[in-house]
Amino acid sequence: MNADHIVEIEDLHYARGTRPIFSGLNLNIRRGEVTAIMGPSGTGKTTLLRLITGQLLPDRGRIRVDGEWLAGLRREGLYALRRKIGMLFQNGALLTDLSVYENVAFPLREHYELPERLIRHIVLTKLHAVGLRGAAEMMPTELSGGMARRVALARAMATDPRILIYDEPFVGLDPISMGVIVRLVRRMNDALGISSIVVSHDVQEINTVADSSYLISEGKVAASGSPDELSNAPSELVRQFMHGMADGPVPFHFPAPDYTSQLIGNGEGDDDA
Amino acid sequence: MRDLWEAFTGFLRTFGALQLFLLRLIVESPRVLMRPRLVSQQIFNAGALSLVLIMVCGFFVGAVIGLQGHSNLARFGSEDILGLFSALSLMKELGPVITALLFAGRAGTALASEIGLMRTTDQLSAMEMMAIDPVIRVATPRFLGGAISMPLLTAIFTSVGILGSWVVGVPLLGVDAGAFWSQMQAGVGMADVWEGILKSIVFGLAASLIAVWEGYNAIPTAEGVGRATTRTVVITAVVILVFDFMITAMAISLG
Repeated sequence: MNADHIVEIEDLHYARGTRPIFSGLNLNIRRGEVTAIMGPSGTGKTTLLRLITGQLLPDRGRIRVDGEWLAGLRREGLYALRRKIGMLFQNGALLTDLSVYENVAFPLREHYELPERLIRHIVLTKLHAVGLRGAAEMMPTELSGGMARRVALARAMATDPRILIYDEPFVGLDPISMGVIVRLVRRMNDALGISSIVVSHDVQEINTVADSSYLISEGKVAASGSPDELSNAPSELVRQFMHGMADGPVPFHFPAPDYTSQLIGNGEGDDDA
Repeated sequence: MRDLWEAFTGFLRTFGALQLFLLRLIVESPRVLMRPRLVSQQIFNAGALSLVLIMVCGFFVGAVIGLQGHSNLARFGSEDILGLFSALSLMKELGPVITALLFAGRAGTALASEIGLMRTTDQLSAMEMMAIDPVIRVATPRFLGGAISMPLLTAIFTSVGILGSWVVGVPLLGVDAGAFWSQMQAGVGMADVWEGILKSIVFGLAASLIAVWEGYNAIPTAEGVGRATTRTVVITAVVILVFDFMITAMAISLG
């Protein structure tokens, strides 16, 4: 055990059906840092987050979060641990039947018996931190994608977690909203003294914000280090990913039968043969 | 043969999981009832919003019973028992069954698609991540809201239905008003009332459970939610008609 590490993953194996997603993944996340987890689409980045938060159970290997092994926890223990974790879902996952204000107040109301004045105080502070105090009375459906994510961030922070997890926070945002989120990730991490995990495949944005990065491919950590170290890594795969090349170790073509024989062959390899 | 066996074990697994789910809903119910606002909101959603539908349908079902009853009873010169005839058929059969079917179509589909969409848009996962159990916060209040609404809706359907039958029978077709009500009063026993109430409770539990279950376990895609909604109506209809037969058979053999 290393006190510097808020999340430790040892020899993680996980398969969905017969398709292995992780085979022997080792990864540590340091306290107080912004750690990026990158990888091509379909490498199971979101699955990894669900494993870290105990929504899924690993087939083999162990995960320790803030000093506690997940495998030994029952529902109550797991829920107690999750109170220390704030998670930002890709689409925000705001409760659509509640206003922005009530969404941020939701975890407070569910977990604590607080006087209304204190709830109001906390909610307005958190909304102010993400710049959306003025949108408190709006409904989630009235928000743009970037705003919804910021509200979700305010909600994730409402109970003052120690770890903030971001699932693809930059996807589908315009450059301004993207800049806002990038700034928020850094500022929340440093101002609140928490640890952040950012799952993303937006190499440029993540490089500006992350202290260290892991690149995951084929169920293992393919490379790790600071953004600079990754950019100059010798590995073909890392280069392809970091520089966005269409073809390389990750092929452009999805596996398929031979092109020529499929085109001119009389039905061989065709579906409706 | 192997497919058949797999379908059978698959059915057993689902059925077992459904029972565990029902058990959890029941176990969590007292805790949820301590927060009456959660439940009352769902009673409003499932019950109050179905009210107009239930009343309109109840009126016309009753009116048709009045017409059919009158024309058939008149052949034996016994139009006077039209009140009794309508009350018994509405109370014991048509009230609970049609209300449950309408409930599945109106409130059941709304529940299933709402919960299914919450699953699809990660709202349920988000709750789990906030250490809030969606079974307690989402599923149980909706289950209770539905289960409480159904008997009330059935009572309203039946009452409006009797009114509809009266409108057709007494002012329009000339059945004697005194005979209509007194035959009803004399002929309907407490056992008949209880049979209707028992059915409406059982149907309410079944319809709400199926709707919440289908929504909660919907595949998180547009197609999956659509399928969950359809299955809610279809499965509820079948289950209710089967239960209706079983409860009726039980009531008659005991009665």
